[in-house]
Amino acid sequence: MAIMFKRRFWAFILIVLAAAVGYFVYSTNVKDSKYNFKLGLDLNGGTELIYQADTKDVVGGDVTSAMETLRDVIERRVNVFGVSEPVIQVESGERLLVELPGVTNIDEAVKMIGLTPSLEFKLLKKEFENATSSDVMAGKKNDELFDSTGLTGRLLEKSSVEFSGTTGDTAVALQFNSDGAKLFAEITKNNIGRHLAIFLDGDIKSMPVIREEIKGGKASISGGFTGSAGLKEAKTLVNNLNLGALPVPIELISTQTVGASLGNEAVKASMHAGLWAFLIIGIFLIVWYRLPGVLAVIALAIYTAINLALFKLIPVTMTAAGIAGFILSMGMAVDANILIFERTKEELKRGRELGDAIKEGFARAWLSIRDSNISSLITATILFFFSSTPMVKGFALVFGMGVLVSMFSAITATRTLLLAMKHDGAGKVMRFLFSSGISK
Amino acid sequence: MWIIKHRTIFYIFSAILIVASFVSLAIWGLQVGVDFKGGTVIEMTYPAGRPDKAMVESKIAETAQAISLGNYILRPIGDKDYSIKSRQVNESERQQLQAAFSNAGASAELKKINSIGPVIGGEATKKAVVSVILVILCIVLFITFAFRKVSKPVASWKFGLMAIVALAHDVIIPIGAFSILGHYFGYEVDTLFVTALLVILGFSIHDTIVVYDRIRENLKISDMEKDKKEFVTIVGESVRQTFVRSINTSMSTILALVALYFLGAEATRHFSLALIIGIAVGTYSSIFIASALLVTIQKFQDKKTA
Repeated sequence: MAIMFKRRFWAFILIVLAAAVGYFVYSTNVKDSKYNFKLGLDLNGGTELIYQADTKDVVGGDVTSAMETLRDVIERRVNVFGVSEPVIQVESGERLLVELPGVTNIDEAVKMIGLTPSLEFKLLKKEFENATSSDVMAGKKNDELFDSTGLTGRLLEKSSVEFSGTTGDTAVALQFNSDGAKLFAEITKNNIGRHLAIFLDGDIKSMPVIREEIKGGKASISGGFTGSAGLKEAKTLVNNLNLGALPVPIELISTQTVGASLGNEAVKASMHAGLWAFLIIGIFLIVWYRLPGVLAVIALAIYTAINLALFKLIPVTMTAAGIAGFILSMGMAVDANILIFERTKEELKRGRELGDAIKEGFARAWLSIRDSNISSLITATILFFFSSTPMVKGFALVFGMGVLVSMFSAITATRTLLLAMKHDGAGKVMRFLFSSGISK
Repeated sequence: MWIIKHRTIFYIFSAILIVASFVSLAIWGLQVGVDFKGGTVIEMTYPAGRPDKAMVESKIAETAQAISLGNYILRPIGDKDYSIKSRQVNESERQQLQAAFSNAGASAELKKINSIGPVIGGEATKKAVVSVILVILCIVLFITFAFRKVSKPVASWKFGLMAIVALAHDVIIPIGAFSILGHYFGYEVDTLFVTALLVILGFSIHDTIVVYDRIRENLKISDMEKDKKEFVTIVGESVRQTFVRSINTSMSTILALVALYFLGAEATRHFSLALIIGIAVGTYSSIFIASALLVTIQKFQDKKTA
């Protein structure tokens, strides 16, 4: 009797805990909760951009730090426009992934990022020193005319607008950071008499002659900023430069946008589908397996609660494919239960007493459960590491988690509940409740 | 057991499905999505109702001409939406196309855009192929390992091999189905489809293992008993014993997927269909083909040594 009480006690604790978890999941669905579900772009609406960085000019081969600076620059710019929870990260192959939730106007998004100016200082090649007439220059490309110096916007500390006292014209003053100042000093010391061109977004803004070594890292871009229009231009340029000049040129290679209404629809539909899936499976289980079926439904509910709580706590970004993965795993989670029930039925048929039948059912089913779930885990792992989109990664993560949690819920939850049901009598009623379906 | 006794019928049925798939692939091929090919897909919706089809087509044709769009596929979707698939377009071209939709008589809203460069597309294709091969490889290794102790009358690696044959069967038929669906309804093969294939592989093995497991167990039992049963009888019994469980598991998964297909998000609709087809075929192959193949191999071996 004492054993029975202990078993029923544990089953009770299990249900209470699960209810608590379920309540946590439910109550944190409020707007400002820290534990709200994190929704991916295809559910929230938003834009994802992938940029390819051209790092062939990065001097010293310090590509990693160039990519990091690129990331910071773009992030600062995105933050200025108040995008909530953007994701900006460096990807392999010198790429930058930018996710802008809620931004559905791609043009704005691209413009935001596109405003980041690219600043480069290049030396006119020695052979062209004397041929500065535009006829010669016009026909040639920049690469052929200029040498890179490695002095780019990456090394800029800050810039400001200044006025050339005599003419009243505006100029943009540049102050390089200590590394930049050192490099600038070196360039100017070793190349006195040569033309140093200042490139802004690929266009030459000015090309002064180096007269002496410039220490202290100060330079200025003058000429071309005349009048009030010039002042405005200079101010915008300074603004953009200060928010960060691109350390390397970038090219947009892929965009994906999902409109907000499509996103909303997807969320609603997914929740709907999930609910119905649960219901249908539940009905099927109860009709076919009767009492154990009811237990399986409770176990399924516990499974769902645990999974949803994990999604909130980790947190896992939910995408449409992720939700599909969760629904799929619900269907598969039932499998472990079915295995156990079928085995138990077999043991019952062999004439075993109910309690022993359950124990044997578990023992024999476990090997099958373990083996068959491993194959799903293999798939999920490979998918996770080879996925090319966050959609698929989300699916793999949710699916994999689902398989693991389902093994846990079958072994602990179903087991606890089933054992608690053991009745000392092996009477007809109990046997009916435990047998199943249309078969004998 | 009747399933094993009549295995020839089921072999023929599967053969027909597989041949049909290959034929469809040869004639119609697959509609490959921009995920792999690169290009741009723009989906627009007309909240107030779609204007005249001819109008939309002519406006788009005009714009396409103006921006030298080249080949494109313009397709109405459902009641209110339109989609256009073409080479990758830049921002200004895209704006012109979007404007063309709105100029066709009713204002259109952007639903979604997918613009993939050829480099990323090529990479995605490579990754997809590699991941499918890897999964199949891992599964072969896993089965060979799990069944290493079974050597008579059929060697353990042959278990693995037959499982692979069943897997190939489970993958070819959904691909063939999507080739047909692609030709008639424009269903595309994208990264989600490849994901579905991988899930089908995992699930089908899952099912096959349960039957093979049972065969292994019954073989052990029969070995210990005095009157050893024939292999074909053991296999038949194993199939009978695991029949209900296989069907029920697939049933519950398919029920979940059906709910997803009818009620779930649009983005995952084709995904759930691919899964439903794959899992149904996978269950069928686990019950009717995978074990029967073992018997066929054993009989073939016997004939060779006789």
